[in-house]
Amino acid sequence: MLAYILRRLWQMVPTLFGVMLLLFILFNWVGGDPSYILAGKSFSAETLANIRHQLGLDKSLPEQFLIFVQQVLTLDFGTSWSTQQPVADILGSRIGPSLTLALPMLLVSLLLSVIIAAIVAYVRGSLTDRIVTLICTLAMSVSALVYIIAGQYWLAHKLGWFPILGWSDSLATNLWLYVPLPLLLGLVVSLAPDIRFYRSCFVEEMNHDYVRTARAKGLSEQVIMLKHVMRNALIPVVTSLMMSLPYLFLGALLLERFFGIPGMGNEVLNAVDRSDFPVIKAITIYVALATMLFNLLADIVYKLIDPRVQLK
Amino acid sequence: MTQASPLLSVRNLGVSFRMESGEHFQALKGISFDIAANRTVALVGESGSGKSVTSMAIMRLLPENNTEITAGSEILFEGRNLLQADRRALRALRGRDIAMIFQDPMSSLNPVFTVGDQIIETLMLHTGMRRKAARQRAVALLKEVGLPEPDRKVDAYPHQLSGGQQQRVMIAMAIACEPKLLIADEPTTALDVTIQQQILQLLAELQKKHGMAVLFITHDLGLVGEFADEVIVMRHGEIREHGPLQQVFTQPQDAYTKALLNCRPQLDSRPARLAVIDDFLQDQPYQVPPQRERGYAPGDDIVLDVQGLCKSFESREGLFGKHVFHAVKDVSFQLARGKTLGIVGESGSGKTTVGLTLMRLHQASAGRALFNGQDILAMSPSEFHACKRRIQIIFQNPYASLNPRFTVEEILLEPMTLHAIGRDHAERKQLAAALLDRVGLPRRALQKYPHEFSGGQRQRIAIARCLTMKPDVLICDESVSALDVSVQAQVLNLLQDLQDECGLSYLFISHDLSVVKHISDQVMVMQHGQVVEQANADSLYANPQHPYTRQLLSAIPQGWPQQKGTQVA
Repeated sequence: MLAYILRRLWQMVPTLFGVMLLLFILFNWVGGDPSYILAGKSFSAETLANIRHQLGLDKSLPEQFLIFVQQVLTLDFGTSWSTQQPVADILGSRIGPSLTLALPMLLVSLLLSVIIAAIVAYVRGSLTDRIVTLICTLAMSVSALVYIIAGQYWLAHKLGWFPILGWSDSLATNLWLYVPLPLLLGLVVSLAPDIRFYRSCFVEEMNHDYVRTARAKGLSEQVIMLKHVMRNALIPVVTSLMMSLPYLFLGALLLERFFGIPGMGNEVLNAVDRSDFPVIKAITIYVALATMLFNLLADIVYKLIDPRVQLK
Repeated sequence: MTQASPLLSVRNLGVSFRMESGEHFQALKGISFDIAANRTVALVGESGSGKSVTSMAIMRLLPENNTEITAGSEILFEGRNLLQADRRALRALRGRDIAMIFQDPMSSLNPVFTVGDQIIETLMLHTGMRRKAARQRAVALLKEVGLPEPDRKVDAYPHQLSGGQQQRVMIAMAIACEPKLLIADEPTTALDVTIQQQILQLLAELQKKHGMAVLFITHDLGLVGEFADEVIVMRHGEIREHGPLQQVFTQPQDAYTKALLNCRPQLDSRPARLAVIDDFLQDQPYQVPPQRERGYAPGDDIVLDVQGLCKSFESREGLFGKHVFHAVKDVSFQLARGKTLGIVGESGSGKTTVGLTLMRLHQASAGRALFNGQDILAMSPSEFHACKRRIQIIFQNPYASLNPRFTVEEILLEPMTLHAIGRDHAERKQLAAALLDRVGLPRRALQKYPHEFSGGQRQRIAIARCLTMKPDVLICDESVSALDVSVQAQVLNLLQDLQDECGLSYLFISHDLSVVKHISDQVMVMQHGQVVEQANADSLYANPQHPYTRQLLSAIPQGWPQQKGTQVA
């Protein structure tokens, strides 16, 4: 097990290097010269040269790449080009609001979708199953934007059940005042595909021979479903869950934007808007690292729920 | 038969399934039979005969939403009609009074729970035992069914055990609550022949020891002689014959039973053509065809000469370690033109790897394979392409080896186009139609898809596909193993006819020693990747030299006890 983890960590080095190289090439090839953007409208050759020197853009490409490598190794991406704040501080202050929204959403969504999926899988073929499938298909075909705008208009503006948008410094206030509406709308978007996917996982497991064995033993349908089928069906569920975890750190782009939540998603949009390369670079590297680490975690969790898995 | 009321009494049982198209399929057409306490009844039939439906109906495990039980059907267990029992009563009955074991032990055990947990679960459910006591009982049960190291294996997961061990666990689970009736649905079909024999012996022992009644379901009449008291032969949802073991074997009344007894290849006889069901359904009595002589003769033209073939697989171990597994070790043989070389061995013996390596579907680790004097293993891919069509393979599973999205015509034309056989499309189509005739399928089959055919027909399509390329060597990898006995006889006859007609050479890989005896001129026995014995078929079976060969031969199920003495020991 330990040998496996060490080998996987070792394999991350070339992957990360690849990500860095790709990122670096993209920035230099399609990113354009950021000094023009920073200099604003009134630029002279002198200001440009000055800015370039400050940003280190006058150095040769290998040298610039070396600096980038250094930044990644120390996880210090310097200061933001637009606000001059250290990148680490910016991201540190943004991760809190993002997680305040994303974590509850993940947990509630997982719980609800697994339970609903198990129920409709159990009564598969029935009217309930068909109605749920129909609702899911309908819900999936409507754009997330529609839900957000309709929710803000009807539930917040017309009915006044929620504030339209906003954020405070207090976690408690955020959780009971500002999180519920975006959470609700986020659930509407994420539940439909999850229920359908998890339902198919359950249905597939229910057709396996071991379910027949369990019935032949005299077990009740509830025990069969909750004990025998559930643990097997959880295997693909865990995979899809682990795949979605890195996005926790990216925040929900649209929700944060529309509800004025100062999270990572908002920050990404701002950084792209302002060509704030250090922030974009930092976020890209963090997301790449998170993806790799969660993939490793997914494989280890696999091993825990499925004894057949061999970690090689 | 006893006069007292039987343990289980099935009366006029009729079962039909509602198909998706809305039609009804009558799986059981009103069958009746009894099982007395402490007796073993074998239910024999081919696929579609309704034998498994019968067992599932007794356990009330048929899917509720599309199954219809015909009115007037009765399944009386100790006088109680199970068809009217409620769910609670059924749950109490299942696993305690009636237990069941299934065909494929690997998939029948839950992969994510230890085997101990799965036995303990049954015990706690039905006997009210506490966990600790149940665990001790589970270890005792595992010991009783002959699992080695039961106190350690109790914590093993199913995939950590071999197929035979898994089936022993299933049996331990089934006998845990001392059931009065044990239903064994094809319990040995997925197992190797030596393991099969062990499991059958175990079942017979346990039946006597615990005084259970056993309903033994199988497609193989050869197995039931080992321990059944009575035999029921089923076909198309009906009982064709029911009688004591000896009577069914020595004086079968029904034509279908006679056919079943005859279409399985025998060790002591090799008819030029195997009997098929139709031979017995005609008015004239069946005439046993003359025997066929087999064996390599000196001066046979050698088409494939394999020398020192090796194949090893590497896997990772630890941080830097590597584990090398030698699947095939120094295998040499010669295949004569127009003759058949049989390769027998149990799972893991490397017999399939030999076939795949010769097709270059695996890269050989060492050795030479001279095909008409040229080493095909040393050829470049482009050189080999020309040879490829001359060595073809037919796989075991005709369901999986035909592309489900291709029509039969596309399946047959594709290799011809690839190897530029036939001048144009029209000529290829002609060839394809002619080949379908040859393998005994109607021409209208061309426009159909594989799923519209039965297993035997699909295997004919696979044979036709190989024949499109006019091969010299055909590798048959367990090609008839998935087929019913009667269909197997038809396909074996077809292969024989094709060999006589086109001078094909076969590499016939199988775990079934009777089939190999029937079709092979020379036989090679493999164990752990090595050839342990190789000789002309007749002399190998009559006079096996290697202990492993003797072990394999003695494990072959041989009809019923009195026949045993007359056959090879």
